[in-house]
Amino acid sequence: MTDSVIIRTDQLKKIYQMGEIEVPALNGVSITIQEGEFVAIMGPSGSGKSTLMNILGCLDSPTDGQYYLDDQDVSKLNRAQLAHIRNEKLGFIFQSYNLLPRMSAVENVTLPMMYNKAAAGNQVEMTKKAEELLGIVGLGDRMHHQPKELSGGQQQRVAIARALINDPVLVLADEPTGNLDTKSANEIMEILHNLHQSGRTIVMVTHEPDIAEQTQRIIAVRDGLVELDHENGRE
Amino acid sequence: MKIIDVIKVASKSLTSNKLRSMLTMLGIIIGVAAVIIMIAVSSGTETAIADQINSLGANLVFVMSSFSQGGAGGGMGASTGGLVYSDADAIANSVPHVAGVAVEQNTTQTIKYGNIVLEDVSILGTTPDFTKVREIELKEGRFLNDQELERSTRTAILGATIAKELFGDTYPIGQKISVGTLKLTVVGVFEEKGLVSGVDYDARVYVPITLVFDKLMNSQFSRIAGDRVRMIYVTVDDKENIDAVILQINLLLSKLHDVPLESPDFQISTQQDIIQTQSATTESFRILLAWVAGVSLIVGGIGIMNIMLVSVTERTREIGIRQAVGATPQDIQSQFLTEALILSLVGGLIGVIFGITGSWVFSKFGDMPTVVDPFSIVLAFGSAAAVGILFGYLPANKAAKLDPIVALRHE
Ligand SMILES: Nc1ncnc2c1ncn2[C@@H]1O[C@H](COP(=O)(O)OP(=O)(O)OP(=O)(O)O)[C@@H](O)[C@H]1O
Ligand SMILES: [Mg+2]
Repeated sequence: MTDSVIIRTDQLKKIYQMGEIEVPALNGVSITIQEGEFVAIMGPSGSGKSTLMNILGCLDSPTDGQYYLDDQDVSKLNRAQLAHIRNEKLGFIFQSYNLLPRMSAVENVTLPMMYNKAAAGNQVEMTKKAEELLGIVGLGDRMHHQPKELSGGQQQRVAIARALINDPVLVLADEPTGNLDTKSANEIMEILHNLHQSGRTIVMVTHEPDIAEQTQRIIAVRDGLVELDHENGRE
Repeated sequence: MKIIDVIKVASKSLTSNKLRSMLTMLGIIIGVAAVIIMIAVSSGTETAIADQINSLGANLVFVMSSFSQGGAGGGMGASTGGLVYSDADAIANSVPHVAGVAVEQNTTQTIKYGNIVLEDVSILGTTPDFTKVREIELKEGRFLNDQELERSTRTAILGATIAKELFGDTYPIGQKISVGTLKLTVVGVFEEKGLVSGVDYDARVYVPITLVFDKLMNSQFSRIAGDRVRMIYVTVDDKENIDAVILQINLLLSKLHDVPLESPDFQISTQQDIIQTQSATTESFRILLAWVAGVSLIVGGIGIMNIMLVSVTERTREIGIRQAVGATPQDIQSQFLTEALILSLVGGLIGVIFGITGSWVFSKFGDMPTVVDPFSIVLAFGSAAAVGILFGYLPANKAAKLDPIVALRHE
């Protein structure tokens, strides 16, 4: 059974030190996510969703507790090791897209490959794969546009293609539709559904119940704790 | 990340802000150009001095009187007096490998031609070998001959400046000029030679040395001095024999003067010695120049560091994004270090080009001899690279230490 578990956390804690004051953001989060799941994380503002996502995305380390990603304990890894994990196993989609402004869509998508030991150097192969992925997210005709020449929804689609380029075991999205109008948000959700259909494991933070409703499972977070964790029944 | 990609990324970010990159490189450009030009000017000056001194004649050995030894040998009279005229003959006759010997004794006199009067003119008594030994060319007429030397004939050869001042456009050969109380016939005029190690060869009058001994020494003391000479020039047939000749002259003259070898009443030096003395004076100047150039390189480096620090702050978000998709701290460090290195190397390259052109301009239009030393190019370029790494390190490290989350949140 363990071989199909992608995420397992055990009493994750995160405490921010603000001078004298300790701000607890996570107070012991234990969750398990199986391969192929599409999970929504919900909760009020300040409840610790982003903090949890950052730790799951190996952008941050927990103050206490264990995090097993794809059977590997990553809670005690150093910065360089975490960078390799992010590169090889994770795809991160941000609310604010986070594309490099002076690079074209194709260049942005290939960026993670440049830092990938196995893929780096083969420019032709990288570009081919990036173009393929941009085709899949529906940007086949915008390959060489810079972010400033693209709409928010299009930029987020570039970001999704970038998240997929190294074939990650897990896609993490922190409010991917937060900055988008309903139409663009639906387009993004459709892409995520397609990814899920093709077997990707996706964990997504959202504020919007109707978007969360589209997933298989909802984890509700409040005050740094898991308040509710239930199957959604959809799909 | 592959090195080629690191370089591509770094050059792309540098070319995206060309004006700033140019201005940042300016310090390095000036520093490198300064190093090359300054070394070129000082080694050019040095070469020019050496050329000038060598132009006085090849393989020359200078034997000078030194009166300071007093009664070194316990003796008195002649033995304390330094060189005498017959020493020259002795050297010419008994030292092997000697190609020519010329003697010099100076005095100053007032000279006149018509109503033109020149006071305190340096009169140089010498021998026929002088032109051969010192490699000075005659413009008109001829130099002294042996007969004139033997008979103290009243003849004179004029330096270029003296000839011009006395005669202007008049043809000088055959004219009579007054030197002190004597009337001398001008038989030759020298080509211009200019100032060499502080001696103006053109402002002198050359006469037979015997004439100086007999008639031109003006003080009582000098008359007693008799046939004393100030300097004997010896030309050696081959460079390799110079040391042997010096040794032979030392032995010969010590014996003739009856002074101990270790404290002679004369001094022997070569052109090489004189060049070295001259170089020593330019050396300290050169060290000063090197410091100035070095400081400007360091200032250039600080300029790079300054801009790189600004750049790291400005691009914090970019750093965060790169880290999020898998850039390690080391990847980030290499990227910024490479940027600093490219700035300093390209700046260094432009500086080398400016330095070489600048040196050329100086020698072409500034009337300043310059010799571009290949070593100075290597030195300047190497220093620029070192400066780039040194001053790029701090900003690169700052970038590498950024926390991905903090960097991503940066506005
Ligand atoms: N860098 C930090 N330093 C100090 N406190 C922090 C830091 N980041 C987050 N916090 C605190 O941790 C708690 C959880 O923040 P987090 O960003 O995870 O909330 P969130 O659930 O994502 O909220 P939102 O829905 O508004 O995005 C908050 O109280 C926040 O103030
Ligand atoms: Mg959040």
